Amino acid sequence: MKTIRQIIIKEFLQLRADKRMLPIMIIAPILQVILLGYAATVDVKNISLVVCDLDNTRESREYLTRYTNTGYFTVVEYLDKPEEIDDYLDRSKAIMGVVIPKNFGRKIQSGTPTQVQLIADGADANTANISIGYASQITAGYAQSILLERTTRAGGLRLPAQVLAQTRVWYNPDLRSANFMVPGVVAMVLMIVTTTFAAAAIVREKEIGTMEQLMVTPIKPHELIIGKLLPFIIIGAVDVGLVLGVAVLWFSIPLKGSVLLLYGLSGLFILTTLGLGLFVSTISNTQQQALMTAQFFIFFPFIFLSGFTFPIANMPQAIQVLTYFVPLRYFLEIIRGLFLKGVGIETLWPQAVTLLGFGIVILSLAVMRFQKRLG
Amino acid sequence: MNVLPVIKKEFRQIRRDKRALGILVFLPAFLLVLVGYALNFDVKHLSLAIFDEDRSSTSREFVQSLTHSEYFDLNYTLTSEREIDAMLNSGKAHLVLRVPRDFSRNLLSGKNATVQILLDGSNNNTASVAGGYTAAAIQHYNARISGELLARQGKSFSPPISLEPKVFYNPDLKSAKFLVPGLFGLILMIVTVISTSLSVVREKELGTMEQLQTSPLKSYEIILGKALPYLLIGLVAATIILLCGWILFDVTVRGNIFMLYTAILVFMLAGLGQGLLISSVADTQQIAFFLSVFSSLLPSFLLSGFIFPISSMPVVLQIISNVQAAKFFLVIVRSIILKGTDLFAVWDQVAYLLVFVAVTIGVSSVRLQRDLNA
Repeated sequence: MKTIRQIIIKEFLQLRADKRMLPIMIIAPILQVILLGYAATVDVKNISLVVCDLDNTRESREYLTRYTNTGYFTVVEYLDKPEEIDDYLDRSKAIMGVVIPKNFGRKIQSGTPTQVQLIADGADANTANISIGYASQITAGYAQSILLERTTRAGGLRLPAQVLAQTRVWYNPDLRSANFMVPGVVAMVLMIVTTTFAAAAIVREKEIGTMEQLMVTPIKPHELIIGKLLPFIIIGAVDVGLVLGVAVLWFSIPLKGSVLLLYGLSGLFILTTLGLGLFVSTISNTQQQALMTAQFFIFFPFIFLSGFTFPIANMPQAIQVLTYFVPLRYFLEIIRGLFLKGVGIETLWPQAVTLLGFGIVILSLAVMRFQKRLG
Repeated sequence: MNVLPVIKKEFRQIRRDKRALGILVFLPAFLLVLVGYALNFDVKHLSLAIFDEDRSSTSREFVQSLTHSEYFDLNYTLTSEREIDAMLNSGKAHLVLRVPRDFSRNLLSGKNATVQILLDGSNNNTASVAGGYTAAAIQHYNARISGELLARQGKSFSPPISLEPKVFYNPDLKSAKFLVPGLFGLILMIVTVISTSLSVVREKELGTMEQLQTSPLKSYEIILGKALPYLLIGLVAATIILLCGWILFDVTVRGNIFMLYTAILVFMLAGLGQGLLISSVADTQQIAFFLSVFSSLLPSFLLSGFIFPISSMPVVLQIISNVQAAKFFLVIVRSIILKGTDLFAVWDQVAYLLVFVAVTIGVSSVRLQRDLNA
């Protein structure tokens, strides 16, 4: 026990000696969650629009005001010729162009169908898709109001019965992007911080040559591992508190579930990430190698395959199978369930058990490899 | 010029570390496959649960009109109100459609009927898309029954305006075409910023920097010699992305390929500048890696417009997003690859990049020179 304490003290002394390390471990996660919490939004707003109104009548102007009134579109420029739109799209100065044809107003007055042309920059497929969706909603709304006007003017024509939808959104009624993204960012930052520390920890001693010094001391392998890991568990626990604090206090993400359960399950997740880091550390010879391996084999696949931004249900079947091997996937389900849905362990136990399984397997693998190398 | 020996030394060091080299070369292909296949903005096959209290032929027909599309998979049919909770809590269903008991009675007697749609809003994007699909499907159903009714009365029903959308550059609106060019920013950032900063700081940490200092090498020769190999690796990585993007996802370069490589080169210089700047601040590889990940990897993933549109972010963040090079580079790369424009059309972005290069390389060489001469 005493030896373990000594190693822990040594690790903390080392951390303190490096004046930049502690601020990085404390401030970086906070800053990252704040910054990325704002950045990670899939909402499409402020779509830059160029308008070419060849008609310039009361009707065309009314139709166009509907675009700006929604708040989704910002008109960048009014053009005289439709050909000018191409240039705006080419230079990425606008995402969409609307062309109102001549006689637009007259045709609407006389009840003849008319066409509005929409030109969208499809390079960003998602934004284009959503922008076109907004435009068709606006057009449908305008068409509806004209029809209504016409039928009331004609009088006597009764509109047929309709199915009306009453939509209720659970868990996140305002559909705030942050409510979905910030818990994900919390998990991601936590993963990066803890994995990186553990990955660099042991290989660093090796690279600098202090590992041999440790090996000639009477320290037993398990004491060294525990002594090395405990400081990271402590720092990890502090980081969990910090990033969760930012999510709740800064972003006011409602934490509907139990704080204690969230803390406990985060600990379970950190067990996995520390284990992964340690494992990487034991199979690497230099820090550069360890860090590149962590990034390539852990961060990227985890971020892309966990459902962090893109729903797993949308992925091809073969890739969906891969996601079952990504611990972050289970932690995301846990953290989102606890934050937004307020569910408890009775719903989350499959994820918790899987995470625990991952933690035990990965950590024992890492420890086994480590002991072999020391022996 | 004594740069060549330093380059040789650096290359020998890179070659000795087979895994790092393998990662640098295979990372592009791996990421491309991952991003191209796994990341998809389309929302399809939403898991739908139905609670039909009416159970009439009209309600069944209505439900069928919804489940007919590839957007919804009718996975669960509920028989009691209690089940709705469990469906959404466990995430088994994305949405629950509830058809009330009086649905067909209302509709057949000419009254409006209301159905309830319960959405799992925890993924706001999926929820709003699901809401949009159901609204459109219901609108479609309404139009059909109205049309049938009006036709029976001998009247026709035509919409006054129709929209004629035309999509440029990517007519099929494929996500991969948008994401693959975006990958350039991410991968080149890793290759340049992280590798350069680690390779310089490593010499500091191992104490071999002093050996280099006592050699007759000038400080700029050391820096140049350390940076150039990674520039070369970056070019190889870029070429691999281009080839894989073309073979796997049919992404072809519409613009001038030399201009594309010019842009890539300028961007890599920006990355090298940033890496050198980090190595002038950090004393250990651990810190250098952290600073690199947090200043290059994450921003070029989240703040560059790679996935999330910058125009939707808060204004403060839009301003902050200008501090990194990837944002400007992505506009250039997408313009050249997808739109076929030249560098002059996006000259302002190129100018930003050049300023970034000048500042980072300028500041870091002053700082590193001081370190090396100390």
